[in-house]
Amino acid sequence: MQTLGGILTQALHLALMLVLAPLVPGLVRWLKARMQGRRGASPLQPLRDMRKLLRKRPVLAENASAVSEVAPYVAVVATLVALAQVPSFSHGMLLAPLGDLLLVAGLLALARVALALAGLDVGTQFGGMGAAREMSFAAFAEPTLLVAVLTFAILAGTTNLDAVAATFRDGQLGLRVSLALAGLSLLAVALAENARMPVDSPGTHLELTMVHEAMLLESSGRHLALWEFQAALKLELWLALLAAMFLPFGAAPGGAGPLAWALGLLAWLVKMAGLMLALAVFENAIAKMRVFRVPEFLGAALLLALLAAALLFVSTGLA
Amino acid sequence: MLTALSLALAALLLLGAAAVPLARRPAGARFVHAGCLGACVVLAVLAFWALLASGGGPVLALPFGPPWGRALLALDGLSAWFLLLLGVTGGIASLYAMAHPAAQPGAVPPFPLLLAGMALAVVAADVFTLLFGFEVMSLASWALVAADHSRAETRRAARLYLMMAVLSAACLVPAFGLLVGHAGGFSFAALRAAPPAGWLATGVLVLLLLGAGSKAGLAPLNAWLPRAYPVAPAHVTALLSGATANVAVYVLARLLLDLCGPAQPLWWGVPLLVLGAGSAVLGALRANLEGDIKVVLACSSIENIGLITIGLGLALAFRGADLGPLAALAAGAALLHTLNHGVFKTLLFLAAGSVERMAGSRVLDRLGGLIHAMPATAACALVGIGAAAALPPLSGFASEWLLLQALLAGWRTGDVTFQVLAAAGTALAAMAAALAAAAMVRLFGLVFLGRPRTPRGAGAREVGRLERWALVIPAVLTLLLGLLPGPMLALAQPALATLLGRAAAVPAQGFALLGGSGEAVAWYLPLALLAVLLAAGLLVALVVRARSPLETRRGPTWDGGFIRPPDYLPFGDPLTQPSAAGLAQPLHRMLGAALYAARETVDMPRPGETRAARHRATLADPAHDWLVLPAGRLRGAVASWLERMRDFTVRRCLSFGFGTLVVLLALLAWLEAR
Repeated sequence: MQTLGGILTQALHLALMLVLAPLVPGLVRWLKARMQGRRGASPLQPLRDMRKLLRKRPVLAENASAVSEVAPYVAVVATLVALAQVPSFSHGMLLAPLGDLLLVAGLLALARVALALAGLDVGTQFGGMGAAREMSFAAFAEPTLLVAVLTFAILAGTTNLDAVAATFRDGQLGLRVSLALAGLSLLAVALAENARMPVDSPGTHLELTMVHEAMLLESSGRHLALWEFQAALKLELWLALLAAMFLPFGAAPGGAGPLAWALGLLAWLVKMAGLMLALAVFENAIAKMRVFRVPEFLGAALLLALLAAALLFVSTGLA
Repeated sequence: MLTALSLALAALLLLGAAAVPLARRPAGARFVHAGCLGACVVLAVLAFWALLASGGGPVLALPFGPPWGRALLALDGLSAWFLLLLGVTGGIASLYAMAHPAAQPGAVPPFPLLLAGMALAVVAADVFTLLFGFEVMSLASWALVAADHSRAETRRAARLYLMMAVLSAACLVPAFGLLVGHAGGFSFAALRAAPPAGWLATGVLVLLLLGAGSKAGLAPLNAWLPRAYPVAPAHVTALLSGATANVAVYVLARLLLDLCGPAQPLWWGVPLLVLGAGSAVLGALRANLEGDIKVVLACSSIENIGLITIGLGLALAFRGADLGPLAALAAGAALLHTLNHGVFKTLLFLAAGSVERMAGSRVLDRLGGLIHAMPATAACALVGIGAAAALPPLSGFASEWLLLQALLAGWRTGDVTFQVLAAAGTALAAMAAALAAAAMVRLFGLVFLGRPRTPRGAGAREVGRLERWALVIPAVLTLLLGLLPGPMLALAQPALATLLGRAAAVPAQGFALLGGSGEAVAWYLPLALLAVLLAAGLLVALVVRARSPLETRRGPTWDGGFIRPPDYLPFGDPLTQPSAAGLAQPLHRMLGAALYAARETVDMPRPGETRAARHRATLADPAHDWLVLPAGRLRGAVASWLERMRDFTVRRCLSFGFGTLVVLLALLAWLEAR
């Protein structure tokens, strides 16, 4: 029964994630437009864009290699598998034993390397510039993520995603300053990883400032659709991860029935909507920073994460 | 088994002697390398067997040795694990060398000697044999580095290498001397029976870190490494990085974890943790800033040795804090990463050699687009680069996953200082992994992707069949090691038992790796991960193909607004491509300025001037300025001071000799009196 529930929740989770993924960037964009007093495109616009791109014939550069063709699939698959491990409405999914925060970080790194290699494949300046910047930002984002994971590992005793989320949901830990600090640092990492403001501007195509878009200039057709889908999946993944770690209320425990799932789904949708709203507000309120200020931004996040861990060390006297 | 081992060693020595006349002809050189390949296969099989039989075999006393005894050999778990690594990397390097035997005749005779020295150091069961093997290894690798001594660059690198070898010996011999003097015997069994304590132990630790650390490439004594690796032939560099550095790691592990006994305090791990984390970040950062394939790979070796050292330091600390399972986790991570790094770095160095031979350069700014001309080499190199960038499901990720799990458990020691250090170590190890990924992307992007940058590079061809095998085998091994880390760790159980005692439990179960301790355990299941990845890949590919049936079309790309390239550049203007310095620029500014005194100068022509703008990026290794240069000046001063002795009169010479005699007699009298 447990296994059946695991399979069923995993399938539902995956279907939910795949269906909702294109809506996430669309909704954020729509919310931002509304706040700026514009009507904005429909939240379904990314979905329509992807369907249009899929129908078009992909054009590859003359000297493009197999990397350009394979990389989008690698990135989408890696992100999808990472997303499959992040609990949404229910715990105890089929892939829960596989789900691990370090593995999620590794899979995101795999997607990032695929994207950077695709950017370098044709040998144009923008691709190279974007790849170099993306990989450099990761050098600051990954340590921050790992130190935040350290806080979780201390509190939950493991890096298994499902176990960490379940520990936090059970609420024996209560409110902790460390978790708040780790949460802030993870938010910063999420902004950098998803090429959002203030690290990168998702709305512009201005050459000098762009990072993520610069690597996609040479892709078209289904390849571009896959890249856009990957970006949407990644944004959804980070929001779901933040929801699972810091807003764990309402998710159904492993082995629960359909009613608990429905409640969990409702709670999850509310959490995601809240996070998207917060993202839209934040992006409207802040300006993009210079590229070489990003290390300071992420460095501050790293310090916050270290502070969170150090607070745990001194406050509880762990042994 | 040990008899077969000593026979293989003797065969390697004989090959080294026979190579002197044989090396002049390609057929003779090929014969020598084939012999090395055979000996390496024997070594690897023996080591595998010993690991399966869970090690702990008897000690073999050779019928000769130092004046006061006989040389002892033994093949316990730890020796067997490193011998396995040596056999695998040595075999692959020999196979590669067979592919072009006429490359460098001077590099043929020391090659078997290097293999023999390393094998001897690894299987030695007494101090003398270990040091003898270690020094044979140092001398042979110096001879290999200096093989192409007609170039000034090579001579400088070889001289620096020799000085560092002397320094390492000058630290290792006293370190062992302290232990032997304390224990009163040369055999490992005697040393184990009398573990050092107090100041003696501290002295051993410091000397050992200087001696073995400088050989392995730990910061700050690694200025020789990015210079010596590039000048040696490719197969030699592969062996130097894949095996020689690991022999130094073996000496560290053997002495600190095994011979110095299990009762060392927690802080013993701290110097290793600090040095390892520093080396990892510095090495990985520098790999992003250098412009030569082999230098980039050498710096990446520094990073990986740093990660291994972190694992050893954590194992020491956990053992000091009485946390057996976590010590096994950390030591298992170090051992697994040693093997994984040895294999993928061998692969990468060999691929770099192929690129250098086929495309005529190893400077990043003269290569490019080789994925079209050398698809098999590129595919193999991509596997190695993925492993070096610690991407799942390849081998580098498995061992770094274990290492990070050990770091994340660092707080369990209960000591606040160590907890903070472990947290900082976690951040630095993660940063090193991300920097390594950046360096590997840059390397692959510049060498294999994009367009060619020189006519010579545009005329590259795919490598021959034998050479291709020498690349495919380590690539397949890297894949297998990534998918089967659990069985490999189970195989390493005897090595863990040597390091941490019989009760050490392997942090693996079946095909899975286990992290953490207690009932809440994190799992890493690479086979399941691969299955899920493949299934998801199939799903995505099917859906996309069904929705998007049109075939791709090729078209020219918009080259950022640059003018059409001149006709003599059919592959486009290389200056419109990203360059090595360009890809390095973000990290150069973000981290290089702080850690490597990196500077940028831009010489911009004024409006109306027709000359080109110039951009120069420089970096200086602080270790070179602060350690190597003063050491060189000191050596010069001492030499010129000693030179004056030649002009001494007979009277002063005699009085000098007499004075020495008196001092020695007084020393003897004082020692007798105690």
